[in-house]
Amino acid sequence: MLRLPQFTLERPTTIEEAIQLVADANGRGRFLAGGTDLIPNLKHEFIEADVVVALGGIEALRGIEVTAEGGLSIGPLTSLVDIAESADVQRIAPALAQAVGTIAGPQHRQMGTIGGNVMLDTRCQWINQSHFWRSSLGFCLKKDGSACHVVEGGKRCVAAASNDSAPALATLAATLDFQKAPTEYGNGKRTLAFDELFKADGAWNKKVSADELLTRIHIPATPVGHKGGYAKLRMRGSIDFPLLGVAARLDVDGEGVIEHADIVVIALQARPLRVRKASALLVGAKLGAASYDDALAAVMVAAYEQCHPLPNIPGDHEWRQEMVPIYVKRALAAAIA
Amino acid sequence: MLAMSTPISLELSINDDRVRASVPAHWTLLELLRYELGLTGTKQGCDKGDCGACTVLIDGKPQLSCLILAANAEGKKVQTIEGLQPAHRKAGGVGLDPVQDAFDRCGALQCGFCQSGMMLSARALLNENPTPDRTEIRQALSGNLCRCTGYTQIVQAVELAIAESTGAEPESPSWSDGNPWKSTTSLSGKNGGDA
Ligand SMILES: Cc1cc2nc3c(=O)[nH]c(=O)nc-3n(C[C@H](O)[C@H](O)[C@H](O)COP(=O)(O)OP(=O)(O)OC[C@H]3O[C@@H](n4cnc5c(N)ncnc54)[C@H](O)[C@@H]3O)c2cc1C
Ligand code: SF4
Ligand code: FES
Ligand code: FES
Repeated sequence: MLRLPQFTLERPTTIEEAIQLVADANGRGRFLAGGTDLIPNLKHEFIEADVVVALGGIEALRGIEVTAEGGLSIGPLTSLVDIAESADVQRIAPALAQAVGTIAGPQHRQMGTIGGNVMLDTRCQWINQSHFWRSSLGFCLKKDGSACHVVEGGKRCVAAASNDSAPALATLAATLDFQKAPTEYGNGKRTLAFDELFKADGAWNKKVSADELLTRIHIPATPVGHKGGYAKLRMRGSIDFPLLGVAARLDVDGEGVIEHADIVVIALQARPLRVRKASALLVGAKLGAASYDDALAAVMVAAYEQCHPLPNIPGDHEWRQEMVPIYVKRALAAAIA
Repeated sequence: MLAMSTPISLELSINDDRVRASVPAHWTLLELLRYELGLTGTKQGCDKGDCGACTVLIDGKPQLSCLILAANAEGKKVQTIEGLQPAHRKAGGVGLDPVQDAFDRCGALQCGFCQSGMMLSARALLNENPTPDRTEIRQALSGNLCRCTGYTQIVQAVELAIAESTGAEPESPSWSDGNPWKSTTSLSGKNGGDA
């Protein structure tokens, strides 16, 4: 049995109420979407909350819409299964549909939301454990302790960003609308480029604070020759978090020549990593031609050199690094398929 | 200040019964089912979303009751393993739900801890798609861990339930040199009995 600590539960029906309720909790309030991350973390007591604000009653946070420009506007409360199965997402943002389809297991994809996935906490084998387990080992930097069990002498938590949607949304150049309770300094609203969301601190790897509600995810239209793919290393074919996740984007012209390429990797450190040097090697290569095969070989080597998995999540980290080129290749193959 | 959980009154449907309950805010649906309503058919395994033993159907979809606050099930239609046979009878069937019957006859369990969740995931699949193929069955059950069986008989049980519902001849299971399912509704012969 793993009981939840006590808290007050609020069930607002509007965005304004929800953000005010979390603001009023003075740093001790949390938004609850599908709960598939927050509930285990509360049970493990490395996240604490006096007030839990359930978002389920806020209709304005749901839905997938195709914009006039041909992009996507996605409500954060949309379930993972609805994202993965949406024909519009599959067409406009194939890497996102593929990535979300690999998240956890069927029950989690039914309950879990895309907003909760964007805002997912980082993972580390020394923190995603019960309070008893952590107290026996000795607490760590992320919660209640002063040492890191991953990096000896480390001063900053390096728990791994593990949200499968993140690298896909990064390659899609998504933007995120956030809203918090208005103050005398402003209306509380801001929009961030997806790349700006994360920082390199596993204790809290977001540049927004926990009282800022993600209200919309925007994905700009993708060109006709857009291809996107996702490949995920995990122990089992279901349930498991990524041990490595790679999203690849290729925009090709009418002749199959790559005009734009992007590769973003997850489950390394606290933030997703764009392997810019690697993806740049693909530009100008032609799909199906020898130039592509040559570029691919070079990309695999470059990605290997840029990615440095740590012993933060399960799976030997040197093995995970050896898998980088393989999964870069698979992500590109998934994009082209 | 320590936050105190205020009890929340809620009404929901559990196995087609209208249930009124009052639960502390921090109780999960699993805790409501097992410790308030005595519906212990829903199993408490990991209690943190890893295993699927606590799977129930909410508005027809398999979900993990250990990760859902009881209060958030307000107004929902919850089906637990206890409701499977009554629902089958109510729809005009006789005996057990075909999924339960097939699990029983295939010996699709050892300790049985995963079984309620497995059968509910299988039932939800067959309600949506009466003739899934093996890949679809395996995908639908992929959020339910079994520590004992190795899954083979579980998949065979679902395939048996499908075959019988469509009148097709069930495939002979890999462990049998005869076909124990042929024109019979219960196990007999050398593969069967009470073993
Ligand atoms: C066994 C298991 C396996 C899993 N495997 C994977 C996996 O393979 N890949 C993966 O990516 N995830 C995995 N997950 C994690 C989780 O299921 C998903 O990430 C899911 O998308 C989380 O969404 P949620 O709605 O359940 O989030 P919640 O748990 O409700 O919330 C997660 C966090 O986001 C915040 N939040 C939620 N919505 C908003 C919002 N609109 N604005 C601001 N903050 C918000 C919450 O406050 C909380 O901090 C797994 C979980 C479990 C239990
Ligand atoms: S990376 Fe270090 S500080 Fe962060 S959770 Fe793991 S052990 Fe704790
Ligand atoms: S008890 Fe809920 S998933 Fe294990
Ligand atoms: S029969 Fe024991 S867990 Fe499945």
